[in-house]
Amino acid sequence: MSVTSRRRFAAIALASVAVLATGTACGNDSESGDGQITLVVDVFGDQGFGYEDLYKQYESEHPNIKIQERGKGLGLGDYNTRLTQQITAGAGAGDIVALEEGTIVQFYAQADKFVNLADHGANDLKSNFLPWKWEQGVTPDGKVLGLGTDIGSMAICYRTDLFKAANLPTDREQVGALWPTWDEFIATGQKFAAVDKKHKFVDSATNFYNVVLMQTAGAGSGYTYFDKSNQLVVGSNPDVKSAFDLTTKMISAGLSNHLKSFSNEWNAGFKNGSFAAIGCPAWMTGVIKGQAGDSAAGKWDIAKAPGTGGNWGGAFLGVPKASKHPKEAAELAKFLTSAKSQAEAFKKVGNLPSSPQALSDPAVAEATNDYFSNAPVGKIFAAGASELKPVYLGPKNQAVRDAVENALRSVEQGKAADAAWQDAVKNGEAAGK
Amino acid sequence: MSSLETTAAPAVEQSPSRRATRRTPPGSRWLTRLDLRLTPYVLVLPFFVIFAIFGVYPIIYTVWIALTDRSPLNATISFVGLDNFVELLTNDPQFWNAVWNTFGMFAMSTVPQLLLALMLANALNRRIRGQMFFRLAIAMPIITSTAVVALIFSMIYARDFGLANWLLDLVGVDPIDWRANRFASWFAISTMVDWRWVGYNALIYLAAMQSISKDMYEAAALDGASRRRQFWSITIPQLRPTIIFTLIISTIGGLQLFTEPLMFTSGSGALSGGSEGQFQTITMYLLEVMNTRFRWGYAGAVALVLFLLIASVSFVNYLLARRISSDK
Repeated sequence: MSVTSRRRFAAIALASVAVLATGTACGNDSESGDGQITLVVDVFGDQGFGYEDLYKQYESEHPNIKIQERGKGLGLGDYNTRLTQQITAGAGAGDIVALEEGTIVQFYAQADKFVNLADHGANDLKSNFLPWKWEQGVTPDGKVLGLGTDIGSMAICYRTDLFKAANLPTDREQVGALWPTWDEFIATGQKFAAVDKKHKFVDSATNFYNVVLMQTAGAGSGYTYFDKSNQLVVGSNPDVKSAFDLTTKMISAGLSNHLKSFSNEWNAGFKNGSFAAIGCPAWMTGVIKGQAGDSAAGKWDIAKAPGTGGNWGGAFLGVPKASKHPKEAAELAKFLTSAKSQAEAFKKVGNLPSSPQALSDPAVAEATNDYFSNAPVGKIFAAGASELKPVYLGPKNQAVRDAVENALRSVEQGKAADAAWQDAVKNGEAAGK
Repeated sequence: MSSLETTAAPAVEQSPSRRATRRTPPGSRWLTRLDLRLTPYVLVLPFFVIFAIFGVYPIIYTVWIALTDRSPLNATISFVGLDNFVELLTNDPQFWNAVWNTFGMFAMSTVPQLLLALMLANALNRRIRGQMFFRLAIAMPIITSTAVVALIFSMIYARDFGLANWLLDLVGVDPIDWRANRFASWFAISTMVDWRWVGYNALIYLAAMQSISKDMYEAAALDGASRRRQFWSITIPQLRPTIIFTLIISTIGGLQLFTEPLMFTSGSGALSGGSEGQFQTITMYLLEVMNTRFRWGYAGAVALVLFLLIASVSFVNYLLARRISSDK
């Protein structure tokens, strides 16, 4: 190759690189010439949020908008890690992002990175949400960070076939009557374990613990590991200690199947039917259906949970400031969190609406779930929803919760309950620093 | 850089003068000169630009962030000096637990890994049937994804229906909860690491063995040295630089052990590496600090201490490996 031809070659190569670069730049732009825009919605969880049909409806009503969803199948932990980085970097997040109940507090500190939905008329929608749900979506200085999607009021899901084999009642009213309190729940479990040596009564210590904690805290202090001024109180909040003690009592009664929540073994536990009951916030019904699969249809039923009230989980939709189409995104978020849409999502994946209008909508209130032996899910979950007392979760809630859950797992693996409690407090305090 | 210039210089003298005798359009001579002087730098530039962006800048930024309390939860960033390092070194049992685990698993996996690789390479260096097949076969694990390896091994070591426990049951040993016991989990993770990396190291040793002159072996054989003696007195000393190389690479890899222990458990809180951090490595702890505790400044300090650890362990390894075979 002579020098000149080499130069020509270089020029051609350079030119083609430039063309390629401009080509990709065009491809990335979410707005093409004819005013078409694409809105990206980020969600999490194996079942997603059940919005597929709603997207189609919205797209046909707004021909200039295309909706793309990301994140279905992604666990909350991974999702939140990514979201934190994207929000901090100010790039990469969707036009609408789902914020989970346990993590939205963390984003209060970064409220300036989100569109204040009050600027897009969100305050007019206040009555569309349960008052405490609305409050959770608003920062202390009054910015509307997210609009509520669902809430997680609690019940117990159980396997009728295993209950029957263990000579326990199977009718959901009678089952619910077995356990007015958690101590009686454990006593029922002991009866079960006395007959059935092959299966365990509940899936794991942590799931039991979280349900009990959210109930106890809801009825008691109103917070868990952090008080409302974000002081770490893991060691001094009596609600945490009593939920922990109740859980270790349950473990020492031999009722736990020792499956780590959301692990492969846990998923397999649903498929193999290796446990008889599980603490069941509304969204858990979708998890069970997804994991246990068609072969277990009709074997599950839902009864009321011991104790009263308590909320676990639920999410919000927010619009990051980095969005190129904040106005359109805010409109879509308003649409997706409307009473009608919430009822639709409930039908799809079982997420209990946070809108009082949706909760009293016959489509929700009278809904039954054929997978769960036609249990009146609307009645069971919606009944207590309006009286639910919310629990405040601090910004580092997840880190402390991991530490306490790990201590409970170590009890499952044979550690003494007292020593585990010391660990929970010590590691929880290190994690919440 | 200087060696580059000296090699480039003669070319500059030669080619233009030769071409100049043929035709000399005005200005072209100067351009050609510039071309030949600059081109080498332009050609090496992409590496250095990319290295600066993805290598130098992050390191400098890590040093800076480690001196602050940066966190997405803090509206403002304040400079805290060496506080993060002081806390890390004096008041963080979880970090030292992670260091202990990392070194434990490093020793438990690297020693058998390199010994096995040496033996494999030595075997494959002989004339055997299906030589090509075996040489390719040992390279297979390298091309499988770590995630898949970890997934399959975590099924083998499953508590309830795992292959390992089934085999133990056959010989009458009680099933082991591989994730609850510290040494059991280290062992399981070490087997994952070794399955993947023994072949890689064996290939490197094999390549080095083939460059050892056959004359030496012949001479040794004439002197009556056994195969074993030849291995220890010729092969090992000749492999010295290669052994140092594999040791350093294994050190870097071993101290950054991450995917295998992370994938060893699934579900919530996988970064904590077991209920009591039985198999949490330094990199897992680093990510836990950063992503669940949101202490980015502190995570920066963890990263820098990890860097220093790797550098010093590599150096010690280098000294040791130099000594091993320099007696000869």
